[in-house]
Amino acid sequence: MALLELRDLEVSFDTNDGVVNAVNGVSFDLAKGRTLGIVGESGSGKSQLAFAIMGLLAKNGHARGSVRFGGQEILNAPPRVINPIRAMKIAMVFQDPMTSLNPYMRVCDQMAEVLVHHKGMARAGAVAESVRMLDAVKIPDAAGRIRLYPHEFSGGMRQRVMIAMSLLCRPQLLIADEPTTALDVTVQAQIMALLADLQRDFGMATILITHDLGVVAGFCEDVLVLYGGQVMERSPVDPLFAEPAHPYTRGLLRAIPRVDQHGEELDSIPGSPPNMTRAPKGCPFAPRCNFAAEDCHDHLDPITEFAPGRWRACNRKVEELA
Amino acid sequence: MTEPLLRVEDLHVTFDLRRASDMPWTKPRLLRAVAGVDFELFSGETLGIVGESGCGKSTLARALIQMVPATGKVIWQGKTDLLALTRREMLKYRADIQMVFQDPLASLNPRMTVGQIIAEPLRTHRPGMAEGDLRMRVKAMMDRVGLLPNQINRYPHEFSGGQCQRIGIARALIVEPKLLICDEPVSALDVSIQAQVINLLAELQRDLGLAMIFIAHDLSVVKHISDRVMVLYLGRTMEVAAGHDLYADPQHPYTQALLSAVPIPDPAAERAKVMIPLEGDLPSPLAPPSGCVFRTRCPRAEARCAEKVPELTMGAHGVACHFPGPLVKTRKVAEPA
Repeated sequence: MALLELRDLEVSFDTNDGVVNAVNGVSFDLAKGRTLGIVGESGSGKSQLAFAIMGLLAKNGHARGSVRFGGQEILNAPPRVINPIRAMKIAMVFQDPMTSLNPYMRVCDQMAEVLVHHKGMARAGAVAESVRMLDAVKIPDAAGRIRLYPHEFSGGMRQRVMIAMSLLCRPQLLIADEPTTALDVTVQAQIMALLADLQRDFGMATILITHDLGVVAGFCEDVLVLYGGQVMERSPVDPLFAEPAHPYTRGLLRAIPRVDQHGEELDSIPGSPPNMTRAPKGCPFAPRCNFAAEDCHDHLDPITEFAPGRWRACNRKVEELA
Repeated sequence: MTEPLLRVEDLHVTFDLRRASDMPWTKPRLLRAVAGVDFELFSGETLGIVGESGCGKSTLARALIQMVPATGKVIWQGKTDLLALTRREMLKYRADIQMVFQDPLASLNPRMTVGQIIAEPLRTHRPGMAEGDLRMRVKAMMDRVGLLPNQINRYPHEFSGGQCQRIGIARALIVEPKLLICDEPVSALDVSIQAQVINLLAELQRDLGLAMIFIAHDLSVVKHISDRVMVLYLGRTMEVAAGHDLYADPQHPYTQALLSAVPIPDPAAERAKVMIPLEGDLPSPLAPPSGCVFRTRCPRAEARCAEKVPELTMGAHGVACHFPGPLVKTRKVAEPA
C-alpha cells in the first residue's frame, strides 16, 4: 500500500468571476521514502494540490475526490481527524519563510510549541529537542541562536528554521512548496543539499513543488508535470528528461536556457497558460500545442501508462510527435 | 580602436543609512552598494551582469542614469560625463538610454491605456509630434514587440505578465535608444513565457543594433543572451570576460562556486556535477570584510587576502583575485550503492 494515494482530486474556487477549476482530476500514488517532484507554471494548480492534501484550502475552495494517507481518507476530514495527522505525519515547508514564521515569537517558542502541543512534552525538553533539530539543519551556534526572532536570521537561515520546525515530529511525508524560489542560487544549492541529506537520514517521503526543472533533476526520483490543473506526464526522472513523451514537457525543456550548453535561439512555447475561469473542454495545452488536432480541443483521453512506470495524457501517440 | 558607447570608471554608490531622527554627531552608517566598478560597453554589444541579491547589480544600473546619486565617471560616446550633468542636461541623454524593469505590472501606470504608456516617452522627448504620427508609431511598435495594435486602448491589468513586459519593452524602444538597460526583465515570468521575451530581446537587439546591459540573477539566462558577462559580489567586480570564456573557464573562485550552484535540467549531468559549496551567507555590506570582500567564504583564502584588495586584471578576461586559476577538477565521490 502506498503512503499517499490521490484519486481524481478536484479543487475549485467560487469567485466573483465564476467558478475557477484549479485542479481537475489528479491521481497518483506516493510510496514510503520516495521523492516526487510536481512541476508546473503559475496557475497550473500545483500549490492548491498541496493545500488540498493538507486541508488548508481557502474558505471559498472545495475539494472533491479522494486523498488517502496510510489507508485513511483525509480529504475534507474534520479537524479532529486531520489535525494529528498533519502535525505528526505530514509536514509542510512554504515558499516564503518570513511570512510563515511568527515575527513576534522567538524561534525557541515557535519550535517548542509544536512539541508541547502535539507530543505533550515539557517545555525544557521541547527546547532541547528543538536545538538538536536546528543542529541537524546545520545552523551554527544553534543553542544561542534559537533565542533570536525570525527577522534576525537571513533568508537561507530562516528557511533552515522552517525545515527544522517541520521535521520536529519526524513526519512520514514532507511537502515542500517552492522552498528555494525566494533564495539566491548559492543558498538554494545549500538548502537542496540539506533537504537531500535529511530526506535520506529521516527516510521520509517528499513532495517537492517547483517551477524549476533543474531543481527537480537534482532532487527527485519521480516527476509529475501539471498543466491547467491536469497531469500531462508522470514518469521516473531520468526518462522524463531524456525522452519527454508529452508536447508540453518537450516544449518546457527546450524553452529553458542551460548553463552547461551553448544554444542559439530558445524554442519558446507560443501563447500563454489557460485562464482557469474558462477551463478548456479538451486538452488544456491544445491551444499552444504544435501537434494538436481538432479532437484535442474537444476531449482529452484519460492518462494511460504507455511504458512501465511512465504515464501520459495526450491524444496523439508518442511516435506521432516528431 | 573604436570609442566605446559607454565607459564607466571607478563608479561608487554609497547610501547613508542614518535616520532623520539620529543626532548630528551620530556616526555615519555607510552602505557601499557599488564600490569602484569599471567597464566598457560597445554599440551592439550585450553586457550581462550577474550576482546574488545585494551585490549591487540593480544599483549599478540605476547609477548610470542618475536614478541614484553616484560618484565616478560614466562617459557616454567618449565625450560626455553623464554624472557631471544637471538633471536638465541629462534629459537630452535619457532618450538614448532606456530601461526595462523587473515587475512588468508594477512598472506600468494602471490608469493609463497601453497607447498612452507607450507614447509617453515620445511626448517627453519629441514634443510637437503630430497626434496621428504618434499613434502610428505606437501601433507599429506594438506590432514589433508582438502585441496586437488593436489592443491600444486597453489597460495594463487586462494583459498577462509576459504581455506587460512586452509593453515595457515597447515603451523603452519607441524613442530609438542606443542603450537598453534590462533589470531582471524575465525573472517574474513563467518558464515558457521567459523564452518568448528573451528571444524578443535578442531579436530586437540584433535588428536595431542596440547595446544592452542585461542584469539577472539567473546565470543560464545571462549566458544565453550576453556577449560579455560581469560577476559582481558586494559591489565589486570579481570577474569579467566574454560569455563563453567565463562559463567554460572561470578563474575566480566565486564565479566557480556560483556556476556550480546552478541546477541543470538533466538528471545525469546534475549528478555528475562537482559542487563547490559556499559556506554561510553574504557578509553585511555595512561592514564588508577587509582586503578581498569574498575571502570570508573563499576556499582559497590566505592571510594576504585580508590585507590587500586584489586589483581587477586588465585584458579580455579580467579577474580580481590573488590566487586566480582554473577549477581543480575533483571527481565527486560516488555514493556507495
